[in-house]
Amino acid sequence: MAFNELAFEKPINELKEKLNELKNGKAATTTSGKAKIARYEKKLNILIETTYQKLTPWNIVKIARHPKRPHFKDYIKNLGKDFIELHGDRNFRDDPAMLGGFITIGTQKLMIVGQEKGRDTDDKIYRNFGMASPEGYRKALRLMKLAEKFKLPIVTFIDTPGAYPGIGAEERGQSEAIARNLREMMSLKVPTLSIIIGEGGSGGALGIGVTDEIQMLQYSIYSVISPEGCASILFRDAKNAEISAKALKLTSSDLLKLKVIDGIIEEPSGGAHNNPQYIYENVTGTIINVIKRLKKTGLSYLLKKRLKKYKNMGIYEK
Amino acid sequence: MGWFSRKKKPEHNKDTSVDIKKEAWKKCPQCGEIIWMKNLIDSEYTCPSCGYHFRLTFKEKIVLFTDQDSFTELFENIGCVDPLNFKDVQPYKKRIQRTQQKTGRKSAFVAGVAKITGIDVAIGFLNFEFMGGSLGSAEGEKISLLIEHAIENHLPLIIVSSSGGARMQESILSLMQMAKTSGMLGELGKTGLPYISVLLDPTTGGVSASFAMLGDINIAEPNALIGFAGPRVIQQTIKQDLPDGFQKSEFLVEHGMVDLIIKRKGFKEKLGKILDYLNGN
Repeated sequence: MAFNELAFEKPINELKEKLNELKNGKAATTTSGKAKIARYEKKLNILIETTYQKLTPWNIVKIARHPKRPHFKDYIKNLGKDFIELHGDRNFRDDPAMLGGFITIGTQKLMIVGQEKGRDTDDKIYRNFGMASPEGYRKALRLMKLAEKFKLPIVTFIDTPGAYPGIGAEERGQSEAIARNLREMMSLKVPTLSIIIGEGGSGGALGIGVTDEIQMLQYSIYSVISPEGCASILFRDAKNAEISAKALKLTSSDLLKLKVIDGIIEEPSGGAHNNPQYIYENVTGTIINVIKRLKKTGLSYLLKKRLKKYKNMGIYEK
Repeated sequence: MGWFSRKKKPEHNKDTSVDIKKEAWKKCPQCGEIIWMKNLIDSEYTCPSCGYHFRLTFKEKIVLFTDQDSFTELFENIGCVDPLNFKDVQPYKKRIQRTQQKTGRKSAFVAGVAKITGIDVAIGFLNFEFMGGSLGSAEGEKISLLIEHAIENHLPLIIVSSSGGARMQESILSLMQMAKTSGMLGELGKTGLPYISVLLDPTTGGVSASFAMLGDINIAEPNALIGFAGPRVIQQTIKQDLPDGFQKSEFLVEHGMVDLIIKRKGFKEKLGKILDYLNGN
């Protein structure tokens, strides 16, 4: 299996390879060859369609974590212009797992904040695989407060396995940093939007995810614990991750049904990594539309609505 | 047969032996001292020999933290349900049923109003004996309602936590309770009413990363485990031994996350003094 390939993508990739061979070979010049290519193309389209129609939650987990899936930095490069990165929490250090800064998307000036997982090995280590430390959450809050002061709408990009569980993170108050963000984000006096672009890992995701609207990429995930973590605690074995992925209801369609998110951003068939340009356009469109809509809403109503949305979350016996 | 053998145990010991084992004595998990129950109660459920603080049931907490007979429960009908049809090694529905029967409670959170050294307060207890004190939809709703009650009735708020964190069986809905409760605390803060968070052993995960860490004053009991990630998770991640006393109350005070540690004996009186200071002149 080729590197970066998902098991359920294997037949598709094999067929693609065959088709490429035909196209580049003699067949492309003969009539019968051309007919064969057309047949293969049709076959490929059907295969792609059927494969991605019956994706299991576990398949979706794999797509959400796909090594080629566009990361926050890719979105920064492709969505807008004039990005100016701002560093540091003004207390301890700059956390490379959490990025943020000014950007212009369409004609809209914005503050964007999000986790970056890193691409190659060195970058991944530098970014701590997108697991932010307390100073990352404090930097995010500092930038969001800055945006509030200068009346810039805020868009956060969520892509993290979770907040970093380490000694230093505990010493510097990971809990406090996240908790404070939850409280403060609830009353930021500017429109706020969060987009889950890959993994929404528990409190680490929520720490930048309390917003007027939450949009989710079709094949991204969002849950209270990773399927592996849940499997090892509740199912007594991490090997049961596939079952727990289903039980956790972590896909975008599940979360829309539960009214936790406000919308799903459609991905190209097979996931964003198959056609990044497609997803950049869709995300750009969503940001422009949602921010335009939120800006039209009066501020005091916006804040009331934000709190009410969260107050209504939960299902219990009355 | 030796002289020390007896053919059978004397009858009168038979019945009481069970009671003595279960009810009359308790072994200290820290120093191993066998403590007579009456002594344990007299010392407010702390070990007379080493000072270990035993975990409390919510009834014991009400007795220790509030004035006698002053507690009135609120919102007791709100209970846990299974919103996602969740099943691990057993169905969540069954787990709820069993826990509710065992504890006689509908959820892990007990909310109410009470007096502390004569001062009226809104107070709630998140209780470890109900599914590890985990935070689910019912608990989040009750906390949110208690905060609202404090705002409407102009009462200081106290939440006493002991919890393993968010309840996995309610997945995303339990995660959202962190946002809901923290957001509501923001509303309380705007009114100028005080919020005191009391952290008992253990307070971790989604509970510490939301309302439990947001007190105007954060108070811990001695030697309580308090942290974001559990020690085992951290150890697995960093593959190193953890330092002595890591994530214990004293560690949190040292790193500036908790205002103070109060021993159980005299806790209520000290809490009353703090409430009085927060009331201004």
